[in-house]
Amino acid sequence: MPLQSLDIVRRSATTLPPPGVRDAATGQVAKLIDTTKCIGCKACQVACMEWNDLRDEIGTNVGVYDNPPDLTDKSWTVMRFAEYENPNGNLEWLIRKDGCMHCEDPGCLKACPAPGAIVQYANGIVDFQEENCIGCGYCIAGCPFDIPRISKRDHKVYKCTLCSDRVAVGLEPACIKACPTGALVFGTKEDMKEHAADRIEDLKSRGFENAGLYDPAGVGGTHVMYVLHHLDQPQLYSDLPKDPQISPTVHLWKGVTKPVALAVMGFTALAGFFHFIRVGRNETTEHDEEAAAKGQAQPTPPAKPEKRP
Amino acid sequence: MSSNVSGDTIVRYTVGERTHHWIVALAFILAAFSGLAMFHPALFWLSDLFGGGPWTRVLHPFLGLVMVIGFVLLAARVQSDNRMTPADWQWLKQWRDVVNNREERLPEVGRFNAGQKLLFLVLALCLAGLFLSGFVIWRAYFAFYFPIPVIRLAALVHAVCAFVLITAIIVHIYAGIWVKSSVSAITRGTVSPGWAWKHHRAWFREVISAARSRPGPN
Repeated sequence: MPLQSLDIVRRSATTLPPPGVRDAATGQVAKLIDTTKCIGCKACQVACMEWNDLRDEIGTNVGVYDNPPDLTDKSWTVMRFAEYENPNGNLEWLIRKDGCMHCEDPGCLKACPAPGAIVQYANGIVDFQEENCIGCGYCIAGCPFDIPRISKRDHKVYKCTLCSDRVAVGLEPACIKACPTGALVFGTKEDMKEHAADRIEDLKSRGFENAGLYDPAGVGGTHVMYVLHHLDQPQLYSDLPKDPQISPTVHLWKGVTKPVALAVMGFTALAGFFHFIRVGRNETTEHDEEAAAKGQAQPTPPAKPEKRP
Repeated sequence: MSSNVSGDTIVRYTVGERTHHWIVALAFILAAFSGLAMFHPALFWLSDLFGGGPWTRVLHPFLGLVMVIGFVLLAARVQSDNRMTPADWQWLKQWRDVVNNREERLPEVGRFNAGQKLLFLVLALCLAGLFLSGFVIWRAYFAFYFPIPVIRLAALVHAVCAFVLITAIIVHIYAGIWVKSSVSAITRGTVSPGWAWKHHRAWFREVISAARSRPGPN
């Protein structure tokens, strides 16, 4: 499994496929976030900043538990706290660890114009290669989850790497390591689905009849999945999108527009060339010069009634 | 037009018009090349002309601004000669005669023909679209102020306007090569009386009568 983190299956702004003889024979990886087990301790946030050498600015309290209040270029994961009053009048504290979902069909990668700035490994991890990033921020427009954050210091974009460096050497991501309740688990996607199925069965037996696994099909599934008590209402979890997919606008922009526009521009230039070959230039002859000289000498003929300022 | 006839040449474009035209043209080429680098992976190599991907991203919006401002100044000089007339619509209807060099069948043309006027209109619209959408997607300074769906739409609008603009300019450049001596008109400013007579006869008459009505050489 480790060496899959070196095999690239998708590369941004690249028209030909990358080397693809080796594939993820042992299965792709996934992180499972069980929101029903999360206590909101933020150990995962601390582990993330520790492993990745990130020290965000100390902010100010904005009146809720979320700290920092949003993802930043230096905070790649953030616990989002939502208070939900259920139909029985009870309070549910729905805590969701937010961060990159590592989509199977990544909108960021589709939107990126810089070759190799965003890659997807055979194991499913979507990774930014900041040295290739040009800082245009198109990935921000491409992402259906509003995850990438651009640094105002170096104008590169950052997000969760799913600890691709750790996974490459057979370790689990730092956040998984730190979680004290087992809300975070990591393994092959198949194993994670099985583990989630057990959890969901348990939740259902305890009255959470809408419990389920969030692995949205609109983006081809994700390599970060949630167990939710309310799969039917993901928006309860700080606006987790119900049916995320790459926006049709992005599809139009990065799908059909690119090749069609290039083809039409090329064809226009070609049409000009063949016009030159077939019809030729529109030249002024001696005859025109003589006619002009005559026109110049004569008094102005009856001018056309054309209004001119 | 003022009196522009001296000996065997006619002034077609003044020094100011030529300067503005070429400011816009050079800015266009640079903005187009840097934009195309970010538009299609097959053209990303164009970013090498600007010192790499990040420099291309940094320079592109400023080049675009030079182009837009230059065009506004140029438009102020030539917009009055770019209004469509009934004769222009007739000219467009006879596009087959136009592309086959059968100019004698066409209505007399003023300072600019209908194709040039249409180009002017397309450029004005595309540049307006590029200008507005460009601010929305200008990540370093402005994109933070707009919600993501608006940025997505602006990116699409920007790409479509740029595509139309570049295609129109390809036609414009070829037309300059096609109609002989147009290039020297826009670089050195003058044309022969025969050229004006053949391609812009109404304008030719105007220039001649203006020259006749004032004292001076010729």
